[in-house]
Amino acid sequence: MKTRNASTGHSIPARVSFLWPAVFSLCAAIFISPGVASAQSSPTHAKVTSALPGLMMPHMGNHQWFAHVLFDQLEDRTNGTDHTFRWDGEGWIGTDMNKLWIKSEGSVSNGVMSDGDQEFLYDRPIPHMRYFDAQVGLREDLDSGPSRTWAAIGIEGLAPYFFEFAPTLYIGNGGDVAGRINASYELMFTQRLIAEPEVEMNFYSQNDPARNIGSGLSEIDTGIRLRYEFSRKFAPYVGFAYNGAYGDTATYAQQHGESTSNPNFVFGIRAWY
Amino acid sequence: MPSKDLPQMPRIPSLTRRRFIQGVTAGAAVAAAGLHGLPALGEVAPHMPKTLSGKRFDLTIHYMPVNFTGKRATAMAVNGSVPGPILRWREGDHVSIFVTNRLKVPTSIHWHSLRIPADMDGVPGLTFAGIMPGETFHYHFQVKQNGTAWYHSHTRFQEQSGLRGPLIIDPNPLGADPIQFDREHVIFLSDWTDTNPETIFSNLKEESDYYNYHKHTVPEFFSAVQRHGFRSTVKKRLAWAKMNMSNGDISDVSAATYTYLLNGNPPGWNWTGLFHRGEKVRLRFINGSAMTFFDVRIPGLKMTVVQADGNDVEPVPVDEFRIGVAERYDVIVEPQDERAYTIFAQSMDRTGYARGTLAPRMGMTAPIPPMDPRPKLTMMDMGMNMGSMAGMKMTNMNGIDGMTSSDMSGMHMDGGNMQSSMRMPMENPQQAARSRMAAISNAAKQSMQNMHWKQTDSNLGKTPFPQPSPYTKPAVVLPEKEFHAMESSIKPSNPVHLHIGPQVESIAQHVEPRLNSPGAGLDHNGRRVLTYADLRSPYPGVDGRPPSREIELHLTGNMNRYVWGFNGETFSNDNPIVLKLGERVRFVLINDTMMSHPIHLHGLWSELENGQEEHRPFKDTIIVKPAERVSYLVSADTPGHWAYHCHLLYHMEAGMFRAVVVLP
Repeated sequence: MKTRNASTGHSIPARVSFLWPAVFSLCAAIFISPGVASAQSSPTHAKVTSALPGLMMPHMGNHQWFAHVLFDQLEDRTNGTDHTFRWDGEGWIGTDMNKLWIKSEGSVSNGVMSDGDQEFLYDRPIPHMRYFDAQVGLREDLDSGPSRTWAAIGIEGLAPYFFEFAPTLYIGNGGDVAGRINASYELMFTQRLIAEPEVEMNFYSQNDPARNIGSGLSEIDTGIRLRYEFSRKFAPYVGFAYNGAYGDTATYAQQHGESTSNPNFVFGIRAWY
Repeated sequence: MPSKDLPQMPRIPSLTRRRFIQGVTAGAAVAAAGLHGLPALGEVAPHMPKTLSGKRFDLTIHYMPVNFTGKRATAMAVNGSVPGPILRWREGDHVSIFVTNRLKVPTSIHWHSLRIPADMDGVPGLTFAGIMPGETFHYHFQVKQNGTAWYHSHTRFQEQSGLRGPLIIDPNPLGADPIQFDREHVIFLSDWTDTNPETIFSNLKEESDYYNYHKHTVPEFFSAVQRHGFRSTVKKRLAWAKMNMSNGDISDVSAATYTYLLNGNPPGWNWTGLFHRGEKVRLRFINGSAMTFFDVRIPGLKMTVVQADGNDVEPVPVDEFRIGVAERYDVIVEPQDERAYTIFAQSMDRTGYARGTLAPRMGMTAPIPPMDPRPKLTMMDMGMNMGSMAGMKMTNMNGIDGMTSSDMSGMHMDGGNMQSSMRMPMENPQQAARSRMAAISNAAKQSMQNMHWKQTDSNLGKTPFPQPSPYTKPAVVLPEKEFHAMESSIKPSNPVHLHIGPQVESIAQHVEPRLNSPGAGLDHNGRRVLTYADLRSPYPGVDGRPPSREIELHLTGNMNRYVWGFNGETFSNDNPIVLKLGERVRFVLINDTMMSHPIHLHGLWSELENGQEEHRPFKDTIIVKPAERVSYLVSADTPGHWAYHCHLLYHMEAGMFRAVVVLP
C-alpha cells in the first residue's frame, strides 16, 4: 500500500499535465459559445465609451464578485455502535457569469478517511439554459487510500419541478471513466421545517481494487434529512442515511469484512455563509 | 389655500432618547393603551422630521446610530435625521445645496423627479464623479417645477441605509396651486433593515428566495386538495413548478428583514399628523423604499388623489392606492369627526406594514386593520393568454427537463376551459418575440404611411418644456385625427435584439396593457383602488407632437440567479439608449418577468399612455406589472446622460439599468 501511495504521488505531475489541456480546451469551448460572447464586458464597454466621449459608466453590481460556502452535510452517522463523521460541502467565488467552485466531501471513521473527493471547478451558466451551469475542472480523490486525479465535466442546477440536479463525468488518466449523479429536493412542512431527500450515485468504468471500487454502479448514498432553519444560514437536522455498495465494490467490501449495506441515523448541521 | 400656520409640531425627541425607544416596545405600549383613541402610555413620542426651507442648504451626510427594531444599528443620515429632513423649495428659485460627505465612502444625492441640468442630477459615474469622503459638492440650479419629489443617494445601497428624504417644491406664487387645502403632511414611507444591504444583495445572489417565508408547504398542499380537489391542485402546482416559479413570489425582500417606517417611525412609534375637523388635509405620500411597494389606505376616510409623481391629476376619490418604489401620490382627506384615523400602508407582500395616525390631538390612536391576504400571481402574470393557446415561452433550450421537442404540453387549469400551453421551444425564442412585435407594429401602421412631420419651429423641444400647469399652453396643437395618423406611421426604431442567455428566465408570450388593474391582490377587494387608467392630467402637455419613433425594451431577469436587465442584458454589457435633442419618442416596456418593476427615467418626463390622450399624466416612475406592456412618451428636451433603471434597488444593482443619452 505504501509503495503504491508513493508511486501514485510521484506520478501526479504527469497526470496533471495530461489533464490540463483538456480542461483548458473545455473552458475555451464554453467561453466562445455564441450566446455567451457578448456577456464579456470589455469589448462592449469599450464600444460604449468610445462612441460617446465623456460618458463615464457608473459602477454597478452586475460584475461584482461574491463568495459563498455551503456545508450541506456536516454530520455524525451512527447505527448505534459505530460512528462516522461525514461532510459534504461546496463553495464558490466569482461573478454572475464566471465562478470558481470547490466541492468537498468525505467520511472519517476510526481515524480512517474514505470517500474523500475534492473538486476544483470553473463554472459558467449554460447559454439558453435558465438554471444550469456547466462546470469543468479537476477532481482529486484524497483520503486514507491511494489518491486519484480526474478531469471533471458536469452540469449543476435546478431542473423543472424544483429538483436540484448535478450529473458529472470524470475522466482518469488511464482512460477510465467515472460518473456521479446528485439529486435532491426540498419538501417544506413549515417555512422553517424542511425535509430534504437526496441521492448520490457513483459509477466507474473499471475496477480500482486499491480504492475498493468496482466497475458499474458502485455506490449509492441516499438519505432524508429534516432540518429546522433557525435562520437560512444555520439549520440543525436529523435524518436517515443509507449507503449501499454494489457489484465488485460490494465484493471488495465483503473481502474487507465490511458491510455492503449501511443504514444510519444522522444528525448534523447545514450551514452557509 | 394652504394655511399660513403649519400644523403644530410636537417636540422632537433628542437623538439620545430616541435611540432607546424601541419600535417593538412602543408597539406593545400602544396595544396596552387600547386602540380606541385612548392616549398611548405617554412615554412614546414619535419622531417628527425637520423641515428645511429657503434657497441655501447645508447638508451633511454622516453615520448615525439608530434603533428602529430594538437593536442598535448604524444608518446614514442627513443632518442628524433618518430619513433626511424635508427640503422645501419654491418654484423659480435658484437653490444652492452644499452637500458635505462625512462618510468613509463616496456618496451622492440625486434629486428624484427634478428636471435640472444633467451634471446636477447626482448619479456617480454618469453625470458627476460622486462626492468623496471629506468633500463638499455644490449643487446649484433653478427649480422649474413644483410638486412632491424626494432625494436619495445614488451610490450603491446607501438609500437602503437611510440616505433618503422628502423634497417638496411649492408653486410660485403659493396661491397659484390649483390644489386647495388647509393643511398638509408629508408621509414618507420607507423600509429599514438592521442587516448590511451588501449582505442582503449577497444573500439574494446565493439564495434568491432567502427572504421569502411564504413558500408552498406540504400542509398547505393538503388543505388546497381538500378545497379544490386533488387533480386540480396538483395540476396547478405542477404548472408553476415545471418552470421553477412560485405564484407567491411577490417581493424579493420582505419583513423577514424589513421594518417599515412612516416618516422614520416604525409602526409602534405611531407618527401622528394633526388636523382640525372639517379641514382639507393634503397628504403627500412618498415611497422612499428600496424594495417595497405599499398598499395605502386610511380606514374611514376617502382619499382624493390630486397629484401623481409631483404632477397634478384630475381628482380621483379612492379608498386605497398602490404606491410603487419611488412613486408619489398627493391625496386630500377631509376628516369630519373628532377622532383618530390610522394611515395603514401594508407592504405588497403582506409581510408587514407602516403605520401612522391622523388625529385632532397627539397621543390618539385608531384600530390597526388586519393585513389583507397575500396576493397570488396568476397565469396572466406569467404571460399566459387566458383561454387561448399562447403561453410563456421558456428559454430553456435543452431537453434536460425531459420535455419532448414538439412543443405542446397542454395543461388544463382548474376552472374548466382555461387551457394554456407552455412551450419548450426548439426554435429561437427571439424569433417568437420578433414575430409578436411585428404583429403589433403591423397593426399600428395601417394608414398614412408617408406623412412627415414638418416642424414649424426647428428649435422646438431643444429647451426644456415647462411642466404642464394651468398657465401652460400646448406648443403644438394637432387635430386629433392628424396626430393619430402620424403616430400610426411610426416604426419601432430598434428592432429588439433580445439577448437570450442565462440572464433571461422567460419571455411572456401574451402581454397587454393592464392599466385598469390596480395590481396583484387589489383586484375586486371590495374597495375603490386607484389604477393607472384613472390618472388624467388636468392640462394638456406642452409638447403636442406625436412621437417620431418607438424604443421597445423588454424587462428581463432570472430570479433564480438574481440577474436583472433590459433586453436580456445587464447594464455594463449594453449600449446606452441614444436620443437626439428635440426628438419625441415612445418608450414601450414589456415585462417578461414575474415581478412588478418601477421604471424610472431621470431628467425627462415619462408621459404615460393610459388612454387619456393629450391629458396623459406626467410621471417619472412607471410600474410595469408582470406580463404587461406599457408605453409612454418622452420629449428629449434636456441634453446629457441620464440614468434609466428599475427603482428596486437590488434589481438596479443586479443589472436593470441603462444610460439614456440625449445628444445635442
